[in-house]
Amino acid sequence: MLKYIARRLLMLIPVLLGVILLVFSLMYITPGDPVDSLLGDNATPEAREALREELGLNGGYFERFFNYVVRLLRGDMGICYSTRQNVATRIAQTFPNTVKLASFAVAFAVVFGLTFGIVSAIRQYSIIDNIVMSISMIGISMPSFWCGLLLMLLFCVKLKWLPASGFDSFSCVILPGIALGVNSAASIARMTRSGMLEVIRQDYISTARAKGLSEFKVVTVHALKNALIPVITTIGMQFGLLLGGAVLIESIFAIPGVGKMMVDAIKSRNYPVVQGGVLVIALSFCLVNLVVDILYAYVDPRVRSQYK
Amino acid sequence: MSAISTKPNVPKKHSKLQETWRRFSKNGRAVVGLCIVIMLVLCAVLAPIISPYEPNAQDPRNRLQGPSADHWFGTDELGRDILSRIIYGARISMSVGLIAICISLIGGVTLGAIAGYYGGTIDNIIMRCMDVLLSIPTILLNISIVAALGSGLQNVMIAIGVSSIPGYCRIVRASILSLRDQDFVEASRAAGANDFFLITRHILPNCLAPLIVQATLKIGAAILSCASMSFLGLGIVPPTAEWGSMLSTGRDFLRDAPHVCIFPGLAIMAAVFSMNLVGDGLRDALDPKLKD
Amino acid sequence: MANEKLLEIKNLTVHYQSYDATVHAVENLNLSLGNGETLGLVGETGAGKTTTVKSIMRILPTPPARVVSGEIFFDGQDLLKVSEKEMRKIRGKEIAMIFQDPMTSLNPVMTVADQIAEVIRLHDGGSRAEAHKKACDMLELVGIRPERGSDYPHQFSGGMKQRVVIAMALACNPRFLIADEPTTALDVTIQAQVLELMKKLKAQYQTAMVMITHDLGIVAEICDYVAIMYAGEVVEYGTREHIFNSTAHPYTKGLFACIPDIFTEQNELVPINGLTPDPTDLPQGCRFNPRCPYATERCRQEHPENVEIEPGHFVACHLINGGGNENA
Repeated sequence: MLKYIARRLLMLIPVLLGVILLVFSLMYITPGDPVDSLLGDNATPEAREALREELGLNGGYFERFFNYVVRLLRGDMGICYSTRQNVATRIAQTFPNTVKLASFAVAFAVVFGLTFGIVSAIRQYSIIDNIVMSISMIGISMPSFWCGLLLMLLFCVKLKWLPASGFDSFSCVILPGIALGVNSAASIARMTRSGMLEVIRQDYISTARAKGLSEFKVVTVHALKNALIPVITTIGMQFGLLLGGAVLIESIFAIPGVGKMMVDAIKSRNYPVVQGGVLVIALSFCLVNLVVDILYAYVDPRVRSQYK
Repeated sequence: MSAISTKPNVPKKHSKLQETWRRFSKNGRAVVGLCIVIMLVLCAVLAPIISPYEPNAQDPRNRLQGPSADHWFGTDELGRDILSRIIYGARISMSVGLIAICISLIGGVTLGAIAGYYGGTIDNIIMRCMDVLLSIPTILLNISIVAALGSGLQNVMIAIGVSSIPGYCRIVRASILSLRDQDFVEASRAAGANDFFLITRHILPNCLAPLIVQATLKIGAAILSCASMSFLGLGIVPPTAEWGSMLSTGRDFLRDAPHVCIFPGLAIMAAVFSMNLVGDGLRDALDPKLKD
Repeated sequence: MANEKLLEIKNLTVHYQSYDATVHAVENLNLSLGNGETLGLVGETGAGKTTTVKSIMRILPTPPARVVSGEIFFDGQDLLKVSEKEMRKIRGKEIAMIFQDPMTSLNPVMTVADQIAEVIRLHDGGSRAEAHKKACDMLELVGIRPERGSDYPHQFSGGMKQRVVIAMALACNPRFLIADEPTTALDVTIQAQVLELMKKLKAQYQTAMVMITHDLGIVAEICDYVAIMYAGEVVEYGTREHIFNSTAHPYTKGLFACIPDIFTEQNELVPINGLTPDPTDLPQGCRFNPRCPYATERCRQEHPENVEIEPGHFVACHLINGGGNENA
């Protein structure tokens, strides 16, 4: 198992290098000179040149890429153009907020998705099943940012129950978390339902019933664990979607997270921040998927024995 | 044995199409989805005829009016008719959906075919590139590409197209790997068919079903991506009538004129919803085995 | 019939209701079985054997299945009338079941010892450790090293898995065991081992058993009584000797004719013509009449009743009722 984890971590290196290369190249070909927006039109050529040197904007493509990678290896992600802070510092300030938001969204999605998926499967073709499946189809199709706006309209503007922006207490996480998690909750519900339906037909469920177990135990002990195996993979993929979706939700609810930081950075041509942000999100996405794969092996003994 | 005679499925093409349609049309939800899709396409095509107002005609005296007989969906902050803007917005969304999917289909199928058919180093390189694309959440990738290319309809299409290449690439590669060594392909190769002929005539038709399903579902996703980018102000920029950017400007008036936000959002949802229904229906109809 | 019978099924009728048709899975079925006895339930696929035993356990999927009428007495108690809670105490404890396919009848994500211990704890109580100990003993009993208890089902072969299933079924020392084609999914050599094991354990525990099979060889080896089922009905019932030595029903004869016999001169195997009837649209009269080589006009019109042609040997056939056993 450790060997497997080590191999997977090793395989991350080329992927991350690819991400760095891709984002670096995209930022390289982005039109416009950041120096213009930083110094304005009246700056002297000397001042401009000095700033270019300071920000590492001189030199050709390969030279700059090489320098960037070398500095990354030393833990230096570059300097934020607008605040002149280290990019790593800015990410350290914003990333925890994004993680908080995404974790709440995942928790929301898993709790609701699993519950509704299971109920729906147990009562297949009932009214509850039909309602849950219709809602989940709408949930999958609902743009998260629109959902965020509707929630804000209802709970902040009309009912005045929850704050519309800021990120200083738990109540601030609820609305953005739900808005972000709605899509995932819906697709987890659908996955859980079809997984459960598949499992409930299996012979070992009959075996469990023939043992005299109560229906509740049959479902929770025997069916659920088997049905969860494919769902776990979905949860991993959903986490990636959520990290991306955070970009939108953070903008709506004015949450100082990585997503909002990056959107602002793109608008102001603050490339080091964009590069750092994409890199951190790609890294956490890959790590989450690794954790999910390990979890997968933990739940499914058939997979576990492959790694031995 | 001639190359033609080894072709699988071809004589039954018509009946298979009819069979698929029969199964599809029996699926109530899929038919509802198809109706919404057709309606949206009609809106897009007939926009100048059916929309009650010019999408950009401003009317400063009627700003932020709620729904009324004159303006069914109300007016926005410049007094523009929201219904007309939504109808025109369908043009943007539908064309982004279609063209982005074409870009990713062409790219994904080509790369997947090369990777699967030739294997070895080239396969490795292509698939690692796909891993890189997959490891960046789609929205972020879209935003980064649009940032590099600049905003605008064409670049939005390219961004969405490129970022959804990996899905198709994987489908095509997987089915080529499973078909490459099968008898009918071997036979055709023995008969002297070249690689291009083999791939286009024998292998691709066999992965058509999952490709069609994936493409339909991805049209919905593309419409959503386009709206998301515009919402962030990085996609299609005002004053062009686009659902996402309408939502974005409507945000500022959420308190007093919520309809400015509600209707464009409903339009996005209807488009994505209908594409999902059609995609699910197609999957069930094309491959009854997969039905739950 | 006497009251000391352990199991007595009276006039059991089970239907499956689909959108547009009613499947007559089991029709007016009567069976009985005493303590320690073994009954072989023989018939083609779709004859209603599994439906019959699943209705004893009350684990039929309802809907679509529905017990239309009948009574199933187990130890004097009508199982169709007891509450679900009572029934759960009977399942696994009094009546245990072995399923057809050992590959799929064990939960892939639980260790085998846990799966056996589960039923022990459920019915006999005791601590986790005691149940685990007992589970390992059961494994040993069926010929599996107890330390393999912490393995998962995928680490066992098919025959070993069926041994685990048998251990699980016998764990609470049930009085009645239902085995639904326990060896069909296994290799021939493994079949023999598993059968031998079942025979031994059955004798050891004095368990009554219903064994579903379509293999008359197994019947000859293990069963005291045999019931031949056709299209939801028992067409012939008797002791093993009755069925094998004085075969009466044309369908039973047909079944025997399908088996190659190396001891008698035989030019060819005689298959039974045709297919089992569509259970949603059963033929009038005797259900076997379209395939029966001896069918008369009466067979096409009138449904035959069960008749006792010699003590303990029942046959439902007009030919026999009319004039005795033509097989002599």
